[in-house]
Amino acid sequence: MKTSVQEIKDLTIGFQSQKGEQISILKNISTTINKGETVGIVGESGSGKSTLALAMMGYVKHGLFTISGQCMFHSNNLLEMENKELETIRGRKIAMIPQNAGQSLTPNLKIGYQIDEALKLHTDLKKEDRDKKISELLNKVRLPSPDTMAQRYPHELSGGQQQRVAVAMALAGSPELLLLDEPTTGLDVTTQAHVLELLNFIAKDTGTSMVYVSHDLGAIAQVSDRVIVMYSGEIVLDGPVRSILKNPIHPYTYGLLKSIPKLTLPGLPNSMSGSQPQPGSIKSGCSFYERCEFSDNNCKINSPTLEYIDDLNTSVRCFKHKELTNQNDLNSQTVKSIENKILKNEILDLSNVSISYAKQKFLEQLFNKIEDSNPTVKDIDININKGETLALVGESGSGKSTILKSIAGLLKTKDGIIKFEKDKVLSNDLKERDHSFLRAIQLIFQNPDESLNPNHTVEEIISQPLKLYFGLKGQELKDKIIEVLDKVRLGEFYLTRYPRQLSGGEKQRVAVARAFAAKPDIILCDEVTSALDVSVQAAVLNLLQELKEDFGTTYVFVSHDLAVVRAISDRVAVLYQGRLCEIGPSKNVYKFPSHPYTEVLLGAVLEPDPDVKPKLVAEDIVEEKPPENGCSFQGRCPRILGDICKNEVPPWQTSDNGNLIRCHIKIEDLKNQQSLN
Amino acid sequence: MNNKKEKQKNIFQKILEILKTMASKPSGLIGLTILVFHVVLAITSPLYVPHDYKAIDPTLMLSPPSSEFWFGTDSLGRDVFTRTILGGRTALTVTFFGSLIALLWGGALGIFCGLVGGKTDDIVMRIIDAFLSIPWILAMLLIVSLLGTTTLVLIPALGFFYGKGIVRVARAATHDVIAKDFIVSARARGHSNFSIIWNEILPNVRDAIMVEGAMRWSWMLLGFSSLSFLGFGVSPPTPDWGLMISNARGLMSFAYWAVLAPIFGLSTLIIGINLTADAFAKALGIDRSTKAPV
Repeated sequence: MKTSVQEIKDLTIGFQSQKGEQISILKNISTTINKGETVGIVGESGSGKSTLALAMMGYVKHGLFTISGQCMFHSNNLLEMENKELETIRGRKIAMIPQNAGQSLTPNLKIGYQIDEALKLHTDLKKEDRDKKISELLNKVRLPSPDTMAQRYPHELSGGQQQRVAVAMALAGSPELLLLDEPTTGLDVTTQAHVLELLNFIAKDTGTSMVYVSHDLGAIAQVSDRVIVMYSGEIVLDGPVRSILKNPIHPYTYGLLKSIPKLTLPGLPNSMSGSQPQPGSIKSGCSFYERCEFSDNNCKINSPTLEYIDDLNTSVRCFKHKELTNQNDLNSQTVKSIENKILKNEILDLSNVSISYAKQKFLEQLFNKIEDSNPTVKDIDININKGETLALVGESGSGKSTILKSIAGLLKTKDGIIKFEKDKVLSNDLKERDHSFLRAIQLIFQNPDESLNPNHTVEEIISQPLKLYFGLKGQELKDKIIEVLDKVRLGEFYLTRYPRQLSGGEKQRVAVARAFAAKPDIILCDEVTSALDVSVQAAVLNLLQELKEDFGTTYVFVSHDLAVVRAISDRVAVLYQGRLCEIGPSKNVYKFPSHPYTEVLLGAVLEPDPDVKPKLVAEDIVEEKPPENGCSFQGRCPRILGDICKNEVPPWQTSDNGNLIRCHIKIEDLKNQQSLN
Repeated sequence: MNNKKEKQKNIFQKILEILKTMASKPSGLIGLTILVFHVVLAITSPLYVPHDYKAIDPTLMLSPPSSEFWFGTDSLGRDVFTRTILGGRTALTVTFFGSLIALLWGGALGIFCGLVGGKTDDIVMRIIDAFLSIPWILAMLLIVSLLGTTTLVLIPALGFFYGKGIVRVARAATHDVIAKDFIVSARARGHSNFSIIWNEILPNVRDAIMVEGAMRWSWMLLGFSSLSFLGFGVSPPTPDWGLMISNARGLMSFAYWAVLAPIFGLSTLIIGINLTADAFAKALGIDRSTKAPV
């Protein structure tokens, strides 16, 4: 018999609406966390997963209150305890690791001091013992040289190291239950894989129960024993990780898994239509009814209950789960052909482009020159053909967004020439660029909350490029706006809405519409889907693809997500520290032989499959500056040859499938070494 | 055009909505009531004043409040009630237009500096800093004594001195939005600086600047009254609160009415403006995060 650590019984949490109605955010949640078990809670934004995690600590956010139910930790109901009593449990018995460690560490206190504070509060150790414990904890989270690390301030650590410190602090009270709220979101791919591996190790080593809250099924698959899927404040699926991810018997989970782009599959993922209902809007029937492809009339009228299925050891909230039991087409994506229309004429040519963030000195300003022997971005040579999607891939600091800004003219280049349509040189200075070039190159940003003016209606937002480039007015302008909106599948009634009245996906559609309103030749996409939920991401990717097919637009697509890149791009350029490592057709980049950095990146990608473990080949250290000489990847390269990598810039080599790889290791050797793993 | 009419209607609705929100809290309601009362009084008072404000009668010198002279008379035997209800007229007009000027030039320069940045911003802000270090009342005295005390001198002079603070506020508000992607997007599209200020920045900083302007109004009122008090504001015999307080202050111990009435007028107006400005800020959601969805 397993011993339970926490038992949640029939928990309903909600708020009072302005009309005085009680609206539930969590509805009748019942579940048990067993000792030594890692439970993943997964759901899209607004599904109530964070509210549930906080309730597990006995905390209900301001404005919300417990309508019914209990949250039992051993024999105490956390939700009825006084703050004083809770203090003895929080941190000591139940600890939490927040999403952004950089913000949760006090910036002006040393790491060691902050861990010491947690130890003072939660243990009875004496000063000397505490000091010993600090280095022990830092050692446990695998931070190098714990004693010097304890003397550092949070800003002196990288994102991954900060997250490790947060883990160390949470472990200070040796808690029985560890709550993790999106602990790896916002970290680089390789760092993310390392942190997850550490969490796995700690779970095994200490026997702590963990609750891992995330929207990322890939991360959930790596750490969890059991997965709870939430939708609209309800548990819709609860069972062992393998059965959930390999044979999802709830249509929402099924759709969610199908909408995740996967490394192993080319082509675009299927998107789920619609969006999660607003809290309180569902009065009767299944909350997933509107978006479900399997629903019938019964689902509209009656609400399904959580039903336990014996042979799968899974609970499911669906009338139709039997129809899904034998569905086994998770890995059969409808591959839309994305080749064909690429014309072989260049539309954009970057030759020898370098970009520096160094400040100009007085003399340099006079001569309008920048002297920087080691610029942030160096020697970028890329040709982009009309109608193709070129992806720039790399971790943060790889210079991918910097290159995008230079193409748009927002950032001056230090050296090099950017040519448009073969012979038209794009000026370094935005103000000197011809209006027609500005129109031809449009940008779509990562976060639609920031890229849409909050005080403009959708009509005003889309009218900006139309007025500027085509001088449209009056009815003509309005008709055109409606036409553009229609292209991104938004109706006329969106005209008068403000961005705050739109969902994340709708906002990004408006941003896409604004870019397309200019009738551009090239659209620069800067991480356009990384702020969106998985199902919305798939829809936006599909939309971009359809628009491209209609208009023959060229995309330059910047992303850190290799799976997304695989889904949409024709060609991929891999960047490290502002230097190109590899460039080639996407079907080849994802196959060996590849540049050692691409290999590291590919190895670290988290697949929503518990049987595919990430390969951790290189350390996740972050270099602040690119190396002065030699190969950009020398600091982390697992296949480093020696001095030649440190002194000489590696040559471009062409592999037999047409990939260009910039490495000192011979293609043949790379092929042999990589096929060994 | 249809569109324009709709827009006007929208703006009207928005103003009505803001006023409603302001009046929904007691402090806002009190502030609005006081302010409206003062404005109505200032506009209409000449129609129903019981006495001539400049009629001097030595026999009635410093007589206490009575049924004929509600607030008593001053040292020249003039009716204090008449002079009090008329006394806000000049102050209100001068400071209203003064703060409007302050708002316009301060706001415009602040947004411009925030947008352009760099050397221009540095130079302009240092000049503003230099001006901020000059005691405004001394500078005002200098200007007024050189150019005279007509409203045509006072309004721009006050407007200039109170606009300096608004420059800083407008610049800071602009810095808040300038880093956002929608500005970058407008820049990349190739909009002119003016278009970026007008279309993208102004709607986002307008509220903050307007609230700042409302606060400046009450400060300017106090400043203007101080000038009058020192004898550099309104010239006698025009009734003005600051001037009245100055004239009657020596006789405070035995003719308190002559100084209490203008003090009451001045302080209620300032409290009224302050409360209104505060409620205005809250209604626009500047010190609260009501703008967040749901």
